[in-house]
Amino acid sequence: MSERIVIIGAGQAGAQAVATLRAEGFAGSIVMVGDELFAPYQRPPLSKAYLSGALERERLFLKPDAFYAEAKCELILGVSAKSIDRTKKTVSLSDGRVLAYDKLLIATGSRVRRIPVPGADLKGIHYLRGIADVDALRPGFEKGARLAVVGGGYIGLEVAAVAVKRGVDVTVFESLDRVMARAVSPQISAFYEDVHRAAGVRLLMNTTVEAFEGTDKLTAVRAGGATHTADIALVGIGVVPNEELVKDMGLTCTDGIVVNQFAETEDPAIFAAGDCTRHIGREGDPIRLESVQNAIDQAKHAALAMVGKHTPYGEVPWFWSDQYDLKLQIAGLAKHGDKIVVRGAPASRKFAAFHLRAGRVAAVEAVNAAPEYIVGRKLIADRAHVPPERLADTTIPMKNIV
Amino acid sequence: MPKIKYIEHNGKEHEVDVPAGWSVMEGAVKNLIPGIDADCGGACACATCHVYVDPAWTDKMPPKQDMEETMLDFAQELEPTSRLSCQIKVTPELEGLVVRMPKSQH
Repeated sequence: MSERIVIIGAGQAGAQAVATLRAEGFAGSIVMVGDELFAPYQRPPLSKAYLSGALERERLFLKPDAFYAEAKCELILGVSAKSIDRTKKTVSLSDGRVLAYDKLLIATGSRVRRIPVPGADLKGIHYLRGIADVDALRPGFEKGARLAVVGGGYIGLEVAAVAVKRGVDVTVFESLDRVMARAVSPQISAFYEDVHRAAGVRLLMNTTVEAFEGTDKLTAVRAGGATHTADIALVGIGVVPNEELVKDMGLTCTDGIVVNQFAETEDPAIFAAGDCTRHIGREGDPIRLESVQNAIDQAKHAALAMVGKHTPYGEVPWFWSDQYDLKLQIAGLAKHGDKIVVRGAPASRKFAAFHLRAGRVAAVEAVNAAPEYIVGRKLIADRAHVPPERLADTTIPMKNIV
Repeated sequence: MPKIKYIEHNGKEHEVDVPAGWSVMEGAVKNLIPGIDADCGGACACATCHVYVDPAWTDKMPPKQDMEETMLDFAQELEPTSRLSCQIKVTPELEGLVVRMPKSQH
């Protein structure tokens, strides 16, 4: 009997794994199980072009249906995996089916963190993770509607940008003292706070939401001791990894399924990739990345390991966020830096923040600054040392920076 | 629907119909044409959808925005006809467009 690979999770990582497995000549059968009703699709546009209506649903899908047919990948959609029997090598599904596997890839991604405050179940309170979430949220974006965005992270701010452009009255509640605090440096936060305020978004920092009010439908948000009228709320306070499936089976999970550089878990037949994992990153510390890049690259390495072509995962992490006419592109992780060098003036709406670690470039955050981003990414990959005064000197083109 | 011809680096040709409003990148990805990775899905964030536009079509191309220009500056095997295919919107005027793919997107 031919070998069978089961992929749990039909997202970016799962789709990439199918492509890489076939490209590497894997000739056995592939089954992919997803709990949404959709074949793998792009999530980044959900809070941007799909929410704004600029991109139709059809264009979100990562691959055409023909891809799965050609790859002989059976898609089981609208079904979740309930448990794994590591001894028998089977997965039990929510529809009662039991799938035997030779190798298993866990690509279950992450789910939104729920807000544990009174009134959180009221109608009008939304989260944003999947197509269905946006379809439910979008009709509420009428001119003059009052939107409460809970959490000033990527999702919250991208939604705020789309909403305010539509004439929605937007208030962002952020419990920390700056926006995107988990993801970017203070210089970038300050710039984006100015941009959002100039666009008409009300930003309330150091303001924690205490409760949602309303009898059946949301009418107000209690935050920072005050009551703020609201018709609709979008909660974007981060995600948690979908790790329970393997955690229950005794594999180590520490806020993410622990995998090595080949995307292998402690069980030689079980691999994991994407948002649901924690691995040792290029800087030597355990990290859990929530990104397209990680889903794609880690899934490639997982697929390679599954066919016995082990190559270590060492790609530089990268991210992007679109808000208004601004493109934020990030490579590396700012938290790894010990010194920040700003290149260009934020007022010009085109600048970058470089993060150095013991003199070498560890991360770059670029706003409408593609050369800084592209060259920065290469400098990070090369672990290049660049003097701070050179990085800050905009008369030296990025091409000639080293 | 405009017809677009994609030519792989090895010379293999694919002629497909691409809906107006889509990008040239989407036309390739949705038709399983190899040679365009488009990791970021068309956000002009990754530069893995590099193509060479047949010179006969240069005049009909939409102008490059700053972002595309600079992303391209750092692409491998750059030529004067290089474009990021996620930034070329398909219009009826592009009926018959011919693009070629580079050897690699990375």
